[in-house]
Amino acid sequence: MDWMAWTWPTAIFFMVIATLLITFTVLAIKFPETPRTGILRIETTRGDRLFITLLGSAFINLAWLGLVGVQQPLALVVCLIYAAAVFRWV
Amino acid sequence: MEKTVNQKAWFLVLPVLLLVAFSAVIPLMTVVNYSVQDTFGNNQFFWAGLEWFEEMLASERMWDALGRQLLFSLIILAIEVPLGIFVALNMPKSGFWSSLCLVLMSLPLLIPWNVVGTIWQIFGRVDIGLLGYTLDALGINYNYTQDTLAAWITIVVMDVWHWTSLVALLAFAGLKSIPDAYYQAAKIDQASRWKVFRYIELPKMAGVLMIAVLLRFMDSFMIYTEPFVVTGGGPGNATTMLSIDLVKMALGQFDLGPAAAFSLMYFLVILLVSWVFYTVMTTLEKRET
Repeated sequence: MDWMAWTWPTAIFFMVIATLLITFTVLAIKFPETPRTGILRIETTRGDRLFITLLGSAFINLAWLGLVGVQQPLALVVCLIYAAAVFRWV
Repeated sequence: MEKTVNQKAWFLVLPVLLLVAFSAVIPLMTVVNYSVQDTFGNNQFFWAGLEWFEEMLASERMWDALGRQLLFSLIILAIEVPLGIFVALNMPKSGFWSSLCLVLMSLPLLIPWNVVGTIWQIFGRVDIGLLGYTLDALGINYNYTQDTLAAWITIVVMDVWHWTSLVALLAFAGLKSIPDAYYQAAKIDQASRWKVFRYIELPKMAGVLMIAVLLRFMDSFMIYTEPFVVTGGGPGNATTMLSIDLVKMALGQFDLGPAAAFSLMYFLVILLVSWVFYTVMTTLEKRET
């Protein structure tokens, strides 16, 4: 695994993503998903909303980095608000 | 009660996931690891945090390449999609000529990218190339190795030559699926040729055209080989598209950290665009049914 040049922060990052994916898979099995149409006027399931959240969070972090500077904890707060909004209204 | 979706069938794609893990996921994870570190070779890495992302976001070089890339993709879409539809509309619908057209149209699609590049590189040369020599003899100043506009025209025309047939073939497939009854109804209503196109053919082709636009956008957004062979990204940086710049950075300069940060952002843009196209496509399909 040396060639992959692992670091703790990246490892934690991937563990969080993997945990999210597994959690949502388990949730999808236990409580089957109901598609609904939100403010984007597209049909989304829980998994879709997770995808939209993760992809959007990546862009929020990049925008924060480019416009504000290296203060990622604050960007993460914005991401959490964004995630809540996505799961509530999209 | 609302209908739920059963997603259990997704477990059947687990074997594919395993393959993709080795071909895409693990390399991608490595890129993420590289993007937060610096290396001078020898597999020795030093923590750099988000420095490379910051540097890349502020780098004019990346924004310029992105601008050129978007311009290129927009130009070829604006040419290839209408041209492809036009060709498909004028193709014979059945019989020998139809088959001949289909075979001829698919020929450019079968040629490997670097061969396409080489063909156009020679074709455009002023000393031995048919196109370059002819233009030169006509007194037109054309030299794709020195003139930015000539270089752009060459790669755009090359891409149009290479890929318009894909759009045409997809549009043709869409046209073939329209039942005759629609045309008969239009005839009874004395609809003009334009109205037949606007209200029958175009809506029926919408699905395949979305696929064509998606494929062409993705492919042109990631274009590397053809401009690399023809112009090498020149003159200057005039035709340095994102992937050419990325390869220069990663392999030419061995700046693995910045290149990794660059490629992650590149990947995110592609992921976003693919998702938008996919969502629009599936939403359109659902509305139709």
